[in-house]
Amino acid sequence: MAKTVSANGFDLDDSGQRVVVDPICRIEGHLRIEVNLDEANTIRNAVSTGNMWRGLEVILKGRDPRDAWAFTERICGVCTGVHALVSCRAVEDALGIPIPANANSIRNLMMLAQYTQDHLVHFYHLHALDWVDVTSALQANPRQTSALMQSISNWPKSSPGYFSDVQNKLKRFVESGQLGPFANAYWGSPAYKLPPEANLMAVAHYLEALDFQKEIVKIHTIFGGRNPHPNWLVGGMPCSINVNDTGAVGAVNMVWLNQVSDIINQAIAFVDQVYIPDLKAIAAIYKGWGYGAGLAGKNMLAYGEFPAYANDFSNDSLMLPGGAIINGDLSTVYDVDVRNPEEIQEFVTHSWYDYPGNSDGGLHPWDGVTEPRFELGPNAKGTRTNIEALDEGAKYSWLKAPRWRGNAMEVGPLSRFVIAYARGREDVKELVDSTLRDLDLPLTALFSTLGRTAARGLECTWSAHKMREVFDSMMANIKAGDTATANMEKWEPETWSVDTKGVGIGEAPRGALGHWIHIKDTKLENYQAIVPTTWNASPRDPAGNIGAYEAALLGTPLANAEQPLEILRTIHSFDPCLACASHVMSPDGQELAVVKLR
Amino acid sequence: MPVQETFYEVMRRHGITRRSFLKFCSLTAAGLGLGPEFAGKLAHALENKPRTPVIWLHGLECTCCTESFIRSGNPLAGDVVLSMISLDYDDTLMAAAGHQAEELLEQTIEKYDGQYILACEGNPPLNEDGMYCIQGGRPYVEKLRHMADHCKAIIAWGSCASWGCVQAARPNPTRATPIHKVILDKPIVKVPGCPPIAEVMTGVITYMIAFDDLPELDRQGRPKMFYSQRLHDKCYRRPHFDAGQFVERFDDEGARRGYCLYKVGCKGPTTYNACSTIEWNGGLSWPVKSGHGCLGCAEDNFWDKGSFYSAVTDFGVLGDVEADADRVGAILAGAAAIGVAAHAAVSVASHLSGSKQGSKENG
Repeated sequence: MAKTVSANGFDLDDSGQRVVVDPICRIEGHLRIEVNLDEANTIRNAVSTGNMWRGLEVILKGRDPRDAWAFTERICGVCTGVHALVSCRAVEDALGIPIPANANSIRNLMMLAQYTQDHLVHFYHLHALDWVDVTSALQANPRQTSALMQSISNWPKSSPGYFSDVQNKLKRFVESGQLGPFANAYWGSPAYKLPPEANLMAVAHYLEALDFQKEIVKIHTIFGGRNPHPNWLVGGMPCSINVNDTGAVGAVNMVWLNQVSDIINQAIAFVDQVYIPDLKAIAAIYKGWGYGAGLAGKNMLAYGEFPAYANDFSNDSLMLPGGAIINGDLSTVYDVDVRNPEEIQEFVTHSWYDYPGNSDGGLHPWDGVTEPRFELGPNAKGTRTNIEALDEGAKYSWLKAPRWRGNAMEVGPLSRFVIAYARGREDVKELVDSTLRDLDLPLTALFSTLGRTAARGLECTWSAHKMREVFDSMMANIKAGDTATANMEKWEPETWSVDTKGVGIGEAPRGALGHWIHIKDTKLENYQAIVPTTWNASPRDPAGNIGAYEAALLGTPLANAEQPLEILRTIHSFDPCLACASHVMSPDGQELAVVKLR
Repeated sequence: MPVQETFYEVMRRHGITRRSFLKFCSLTAAGLGLGPEFAGKLAHALENKPRTPVIWLHGLECTCCTESFIRSGNPLAGDVVLSMISLDYDDTLMAAAGHQAEELLEQTIEKYDGQYILACEGNPPLNEDGMYCIQGGRPYVEKLRHMADHCKAIIAWGSCASWGCVQAARPNPTRATPIHKVILDKPIVKVPGCPPIAEVMTGVITYMIAFDDLPELDRQGRPKMFYSQRLHDKCYRRPHFDAGQFVERFDDEGARRGYCLYKVGCKGPTTYNACSTIEWNGGLSWPVKSGHGCLGCAEDNFWDKGSFYSAVTDFGVLGDVEADADRVGAILAGAAAIGVAAHAAVSVASHLSGSKQGSKENG
């Protein structure tokens, strides 16, 4: 192919050196990235491959719709609960079940807690080491580290002694020669720019965040019984509220409500006094590294999340609105109709699936078909079970290519924030504008790898504070005498329509999430999910549009081709989740199993 | 094997005093359900053993096991990873990527052949030549076999590795296969659950490191210390079951009083796990305590045993509280299905009296 231009306007050139990164670590699941570099080590072609497929939707066929949340929750244990919530919404939509106000508040609290914990863990444990050189922290002066910390935050753990202890711990760990998870990384790469003191500060917070994240999820434990994988319920939530009656100790009572309230306060403190100052400190140093835009600022999609009013998914109710931005025109936000067969479609020309008649057409998820066909293209290198390089001109990923009105779209915290900003949401505008002001950056700086990372951090503080608001409104509702948490009127299958379809939408931490279902004779006839990473890590489509990961990598120079740190930075900025992305199945899936099994 | 520091030496270097170290040992022993006399043994073991390398692989899974692991409060996951074991490979957490990451596997084999623990999260799919799970361009099952060849023992984390779990539910389109059906020549400790409890995970690994031995396993390969008793037998709502006080549907009067969830599908009577005793997330709650029945997620094939909201009927009332999984299994095999009808009758009878009592309380 050599030089071409993708349908969505990106220059591609596959003539230079091919570099393969597989596995991409510090993500959920299994992802492969291949790039071509020009003579200056700049990325001129990028190929994103989903490396796994589990087939959960075929497994759902014929099951009780009320059980579906538990199956789909196991799509992902990192963003635990999000599929369960959207699954409940899909079933409630299909069966016409409104949920009580308290159930809506509890679901919002659980999802907000998930955002807060997931974003925090992503920043410190999955992404920070792309910016933070752990070995450099050994050179830091603890006194200066303390001064740096105290200049940006009033977090109490900031004394010279504290940082000295952390440094000693790290030093002895390194000296032991058993480097564990820090072995063989790209330490010392010239792409690392932080001074030793900032590195030491970040390492200390890596450890603190690891200890703290487990506190945030206790909100799930209280309302859902455990985390990961708390329990949910079609029609509401399974936890009853009883604050002032016999047996309150057997339900959600004052003790637990107080605990939730305390966790919210702790989460706000940690995010505002540790995460956000770290993020700003790191961004200030790296703000000149403006790569990684891709589809950001061009084509962005969100369905919206957090209904303020139970059962109302209009933008008037959603705390984060939905919409679509096309071709970089931020002045127009299009409404998205997930039921319209012309809007959201999936293509498989470059995916390891076939459509009937080898069609290159797109299918709406209610009509989706999936028949896996694993085969490598004529220009692939290696063998079927020992792939050296893929042929992106043919099939090359276990992910389908979802498109909105034919466009490849980016989803995630940045898309949500840009859409909320473009829709004039004051809370989001204030957060974004004040941060950009602090960093002396224009709005367009958001459209980058660093912008994606920053938006996730801002959304984390937004979520932590929003938990307080939701909690207070739930308490007001309980005070007004409403303690209901579940609507069981349509629990029994004999009350259901014989043949009905539904869709559940929402926003996972990683972006727009939708489940489309068909219930027939009280059983699941079809189940389809299109998840955030399928959008972002999408392969090419038959029209020649490249996906968000692929687009974001283009034009990025590598300081050292042997240490492709910059690839990790940009890919990690999307927070990939491959177990989510690669399980798509069809109404004909049962047949697939017969064909392929045994 | 090269000379390594002991766990105790590492802790000393981290500035931990001997007094704190011994306190840690007694807390750990207690956490494992062991008597105080074991604290001394644990301390001795930790003072004299080097940090054991652990290779943590991920097959087809959802990473809930790793997420659960990092929720551990005693010991903290950070302390386990940095001080107790040497986590030499874990693609979810490790800084390295690509071939630099894969090199670490060969380095571990070279340095610690036959000495490392292989921790498996998820399972390999066998259909399509294993290419439903590709790592480094090759089928995951190859990587699993290669690393298993050189390990000392395997921990099968969670229900995926132990039983197959959700991707192996009917019709198992990828032929996702649990570890013990692929690796036949190594000791395997199954730690089932979707996911397992965090402290059970760290408890099992701490036991293995501290005592340099596998925990005692039941016939299905699960540590007896955590999986030998039914949730139902240690459920704090058990008195309501015995009194016939049931939640009839979610958010009813019984639900608000914390009655037994048996009739809305709780699988506690047939599930061997530690949720009702150790509980979740630092002992805060567990599914039943927060109002939803147990899904039975630590049991083999729990996805294909009917709806999560149908009352279980395949357990007898014959296993007493002391009966472990092996004994109950043997008893049930010999005396199939006795007791179900009798039990149902008892439930209904006692429920009637329970309702009366309930209405009196209401008044």
